[in-house]
Amino acid sequence: MSAPDTSTAPAVLVRRASLLGGAATDLLCEGGLVARTAPGGTLEAPAGAVVVEAQGLVALPGLVDLHTHLREPGREDAETVRTGSRAAALGGFTAVHAMANTDPVADTAGVVEQVWRLGREVGLVDVRPVGAVTVGLGGERLAELGAMASSAARVRVFSDDGRCVADPVLMRRALEHVRGVDGVVAQHAQDPRLTEGAQMHEGDVSSVLGLRGWPAVAEEAVIARDVLLADHVGSRLHVCHVSTAGSVEIVRWAKARGVDVTAEVTPHHLLLTDELVRGYDPVYKVNPPLRTRADVEALREAVADGTVDVVATDHAPHPLEDKDCEWAAAAMGMTGLETALPVVQEALVETGLLGWDDVARVLSAAPARIGRLEDHGRPLAEGEPAHLVLVDPAARREVDPSAHATLGRNSPFRGLELPGRVVATLLRGRPVVLDGALVPGAEGSGMTPAAGAHG
Amino acid sequence: MRHLLSAADLDRERATALLDVAEEMAATQAREIKKLPTLRGRTVVNLFFEDSTRTRISFEAAAKRLSADVITFSAKGSSVSKGESLKDTALTLQAMGADAVVLRHGASGAAHRLAHAGWSDVSVLNAGDGTHEHPTQALLDAFTLRRRLRERAGGAMGGALDGVRVAVVGDVLHSRVARSNVLLLRTLGADVVLVAPPTLLPVGVGTWPCRTSWDLDAVLPEVDAVMVLRVQRERMGGGGFVPSAQEYTRGYGLDGRRLRLLPEHALVMHPGPMNRGLEISAEAADGPRSTVVEQVSNGVAVRMAALYLLLAGEDAA
Repeated sequence: MSAPDTSTAPAVLVRRASLLGGAATDLLCEGGLVARTAPGGTLEAPAGAVVVEAQGLVALPGLVDLHTHLREPGREDAETVRTGSRAAALGGFTAVHAMANTDPVADTAGVVEQVWRLGREVGLVDVRPVGAVTVGLGGERLAELGAMASSAARVRVFSDDGRCVADPVLMRRALEHVRGVDGVVAQHAQDPRLTEGAQMHEGDVSSVLGLRGWPAVAEEAVIARDVLLADHVGSRLHVCHVSTAGSVEIVRWAKARGVDVTAEVTPHHLLLTDELVRGYDPVYKVNPPLRTRADVEALREAVADGTVDVVATDHAPHPLEDKDCEWAAAAMGMTGLETALPVVQEALVETGLLGWDDVARVLSAAPARIGRLEDHGRPLAEGEPAHLVLVDPAARREVDPSAHATLGRNSPFRGLELPGRVVATLLRGRPVVLDGALVPGAEGSGMTPAAGAHG
Repeated sequence: MRHLLSAADLDRERATALLDVAEEMAATQAREIKKLPTLRGRTVVNLFFEDSTRTRISFEAAAKRLSADVITFSAKGSSVSKGESLKDTALTLQAMGADAVVLRHGASGAAHRLAHAGWSDVSVLNAGDGTHEHPTQALLDAFTLRRRLRERAGGAMGGALDGVRVAVVGDVLHSRVARSNVLLLRTLGADVVLVAPPTLLPVGVGTWPCRTSWDLDAVLPEVDAVMVLRVQRERMGGGGFVPSAQEYTRGYGLDGRRLRLLPEHALVMHPGPMNRGLEISAEAADGPRSTVVEQVSNGVAVRMAALYLLLAGEDAA
């Protein structure tokens, strides 16, 4: 996917950034590309260039989220493409995959193109729509996957997220169908019968709280079926937000067997457990639910050993009233775009499980590869697209949802002190975030870019 | 005591103190004039989002006998049925000057939310929340048990229930009464065994402070009391938890034969309303060892004690 013309934008010199946590490096970004890299402090800024002093900051390729709910069209009270794009940029993302469970559902070329255009108008991140697998997420009839794939939005990821494609025949057909467009089915693995009315993880805590359980097996059974189906038809499967130790084992087994499967985990499943539900605060209500400490440990190990390929936010903003109520009445979901990198640093980097090069893999390269986003997730090397994020790993901040750019205030990390701060985000060499704030004027006004600006 | 949301809110000292206050309250109820001036000028709101005539009447009687002003707010036919949220109802009650809210709600944790979401600062008394807890039911059960056992021991018994063996039989999975009873009985030193078919015991029950069994006949000879839980008919057959009502009754119904497996002194308890012929037979429900009617009258005394400690403060106890 290409983008608005950046040839007239000023050059940007990033000085002395620690490249993937390694040696201090100067990066000169021009014409949307990384034009030159050189040892720290050796490059001269061209006339008119913006200079970003990055001593002590880690440079990563721009982050790519494989799982974002932008809510538009339909629930603009929860989030819009504009507010979600701001949150993404501030979180260090340069591309997000917008989930299909909008109203109307993103199950036609028209809707995915609308979302894609809205993303381009805002221009802070590349918004890549996800197409629904079935019409209206109804789980009965395949949506026109080919039309969405060949639309201007070039959809490659298809998902009924929020709902599981439970019918095995339909899932098989979807897996077969996406082969023709080099697509992938991203499955929300949840057996609907085993989770009717489910409110939280089924286990010790749910038994005490009297909340109906969401058993781990309801996720694991679907994943087991799907990896076998993917194997059988030779297709590509992506498993959304795996949340249990058992799911990890199944994915590990499938990969060993040679199944073309990838998996993601959310930041919240890497840090939080069902113990938090004891106070009945719906900010901790999410689907799949928060699980146990043993699951958290297994998921962290799975990211470290590559069984889980991607950390994806499942950013799910909700209006206040949908969370300020009793548990059973509350909506499921948590915000995540502006806290993802700090949580990954806390759960995986500071624990010694991942280096910054691994962070670049799980938050940028792997999700870009799975979503077939050719110009994202690339190395920070000469000639590559200049999508990059600068992180101050030494900063520590308390999470304050009221200061977030997302419209959602439903952050489960509220009040936690987390490491890491996104200082700058560059999209095609253009700074959209500097000094931890959106760059004035970086955001499009809502005018459609001139024709011919994209290829 | 600011709120009473769970039986776990009561430590041993508080629980026995509450039962002692309930004894005093029960004594006043034997008098000709039953009304006490204790809560004059205070407003208690009974907020019932679920139908429960028995519990509502019991709380109404308790509050009135303490001279509180009582407002009963039933969800049916009110603004709640028009979609008003728990939060807005709470704000309304706060604005009307409620001092305490007695809440019955179908959602587990509703009382917790009302107490802790920052919507209002009234005292909250949980009168049953979903399948979570029903602490005053556990208190009145413990009160009834303690009274009967004390009578039998001729007063030679402490304020708690140390070493008393209690079986709780039935739909533990969906029972708020069972959850509160396990916690309170354990706090008071009793030894609890839950008896139910495997489908009606929650996953995770192994972490509860009690034993479990699938074999009622084996348990009955060794208990001092058996509490029979109400079993909803909709869990039978199509509900999938038990193949049929007959199958349930055969395995877990307290009938005449099982009654005779109990030690001679053992009590038969039921929180009501009973499904006669399903979980309990007439012989068991109406026999001399049954405390079913007593539990109802003790309910008023225990709820008086709970409201008193909530609103008049425990220093006064």
